[in-house]
Amino acid sequence: MPYIAAGDPDLATTAEIIKELSSAGVDLIEVGFPYSDPIADGPVIQASYTRALDKGLKVEQIFETVQKLTTAEDSLPPLVAMVSFAIIFRVGPEAFIKKAEVAGFSGLIVPDLPGDEAEEFAALISGSSLDLVQLIAPTTPDHRVEKILNTASGFLYCISVAGITGARDELPPELNDQLRDLRSRTDLPLAVGFGISKPEQVDILRDVADGIIVGSAIVRHLENVTDDASKAMALKAIRQMADGLVAATHRS
Amino acid sequence: MSSPFLSSPHTVATSQVPDERGRFGEFGRRFVPETLMHALEDLTAHYANVKQDAEFQMELSDLLREYVGRPNPLYFAERLTEHAGGAKIFLKREDLNHTGAHKINNALGQALLTMRMGKKRVIAETGAGQHGVATATACARFGLPCVVYMGEEDIRRQKLNVFNMKLMGAEVRPVTSGSRTLRDAINEAMRDWMSSVKETHYIIGSVVGPHPFPMMVRDFQSIIGLETRLQALEHTGSLPHEVIACVGGGSNSAGMFYPFVDDKNVVLTGVEPGGKGSAPGEHASTLVHGEKGVLHGSYSYVLQDSSGQTSDVHSISAGLDYPGVGPEHSYWKDTGRVNYVNCSDDEALEAFQLLARTEGILPALESSHAIAHGIKAAGKRSKDENVVICLSGRGDKDVYELARILRKDI
Ligand SMILES: Cc1ncc(COP(=O)(O)O)c(C=O)c1O
Repeated sequence: MPYIAAGDPDLATTAEIIKELSSAGVDLIEVGFPYSDPIADGPVIQASYTRALDKGLKVEQIFETVQKLTTAEDSLPPLVAMVSFAIIFRVGPEAFIKKAEVAGFSGLIVPDLPGDEAEEFAALISGSSLDLVQLIAPTTPDHRVEKILNTASGFLYCISVAGITGARDELPPELNDQLRDLRSRTDLPLAVGFGISKPEQVDILRDVADGIIVGSAIVRHLENVTDDASKAMALKAIRQMADGLVAATHRS
Repeated sequence: MSSPFLSSPHTVATSQVPDERGRFGEFGRRFVPETLMHALEDLTAHYANVKQDAEFQMELSDLLREYVGRPNPLYFAERLTEHAGGAKIFLKREDLNHTGAHKINNALGQALLTMRMGKKRVIAETGAGQHGVATATACARFGLPCVVYMGEEDIRRQKLNVFNMKLMGAEVRPVTSGSRTLRDAINEAMRDWMSSVKETHYIIGSVVGPHPFPMMVRDFQSIIGLETRLQALEHTGSLPHEVIACVGGGSNSAGMFYPFVDDKNVVLTGVEPGGKGSAPGEHASTLVHGEKGVLHGSYSYVLQDSSGQTSDVHSISAGLDYPGVGPEHSYWKDTGRVNYVNCSDDEALEAFQLLARTEGILPALESSHAIAHGIKAAGKRSKDENVVICLSGRGDKDVYELARILRKDI
């Protein structure tokens, strides 16, 4: 399950990447809405957001691009928007949900809307076709897990490390225990994200997770895109990476 | 824009806020990643404990007396009053605190709390550097390791404070993302906290951020208003007619205003940085020009564009150069309890020099905003009325920047 930030380096490229990832056979694609103050994101994704925003990217344009894609392509995997509540609130929660539905998104991940604050938004979204994906962190205590499961739908986003996004060499040893515990408490699919970049990490998680989210390791390839040649190289590198990860998830 | 589920009507401001979810009327709450939620719950519980704990409160008030030098005076500024030509002007001398600003009141409170929670490391953000210095000071005093995040632009503007922090053993980490000012320093501190939350306490420097920070920082700063009340009664036999303070994130003003919230006859005025003009990017007047939104984990007024991206802001004073404001101020604005106005860079510069010449006091550029408006407000009042201005900090840190702007050599 790859993650990319919309509009880096431009929306046309975002659309091409989504098609490329789709033909690599990924299960789901997360589309990040660039935000000026992303406190959960590490330097790679922050920089990607900044590149997109510096070009004057508007929320409306992301919806337009995604709508064109979902209308034109019928074999796309589900697209899920990763978006700060700051942006949702500014657009208006109902309006945002409607626009996301029309664009063809399947769900929303709102990283700064924790379970406690999500009740009202979850109620709004339950009247739509969208899922509200909730996050669980390594620091989440038991009593919070219960609350979060109550408002989650779609799948559960399990944050692998206490910290920000960004590729890491190792995953914490407690992760597998936490995933097993969650598995016993919910039927929602479990996706693991933050810090994952390598097929070997996928190997470790394959038996305990239903999906694996890779962000910074993909976004990093867009850092040096300046012209058509560098763009073609980036697309090729992203495709290779996606192929490797898809192969790793299907190994058994 | 008001969404149906965030709004809850409120008409009259009270001091009985926030509720257990951190709501000041509709404002506040906790819009942060799940990774931080447990730490915030934990902090809320610990803070509730120490608030009731006589021993903790005694320890803090001893420190404020013996180490900070409180109570500081409520000083009658006779020549400034003459200059303004109206109400008597009193200055609450937070500039005389150890480290030279109100920030130490909060830093010491939170440092004591850090030790109560058994946490071993402290991080902080700083704009003007006053909160960074206050936190570095508290950490030196208690032997806690301390990392301060500071925007590159602010490091340039506030060299003296950077040097001071390092002298006290703090590590100052330059922040190079975004506008390289206070807002980005808060982002970086939050990111650090996401990875270090088990061992680390984040001593936030103003009444901003997720619950319980806005409440806790207000409480620690309320000593300003509590002393002012008593001193005003002592000096003049009555409460002041108007109380004025500058508003960046809003901590010196919240600490000054909060003890007066239920005294309906006391006019409360917050002064925001008007910068160079009223166009986006030229000022940092969040309450005067902003709209409701979410920033740094809390729902409040924000300077933002139509897509919810935070706007760039400008102020001559690094400590006021911030596109957000504490949620309690948004509540006070919407209930009409506090008036929010602004004053320009130039007016603040003029007030700085005026206070130096009339009273022999160098105010911080932040506080100069309150002085500038205070002179105008006092001028419109009769001579038998009293106006209090919060002199939140001293101006030593600003003299290099001032010399640069006035094209004078030091
Ligand atoms: C002297 C002084 N006054 C005011 C401020 C603004 O902060 P607040 O609005 O939280 O009091 C600062 C911040 O750095 C400061 O140093």
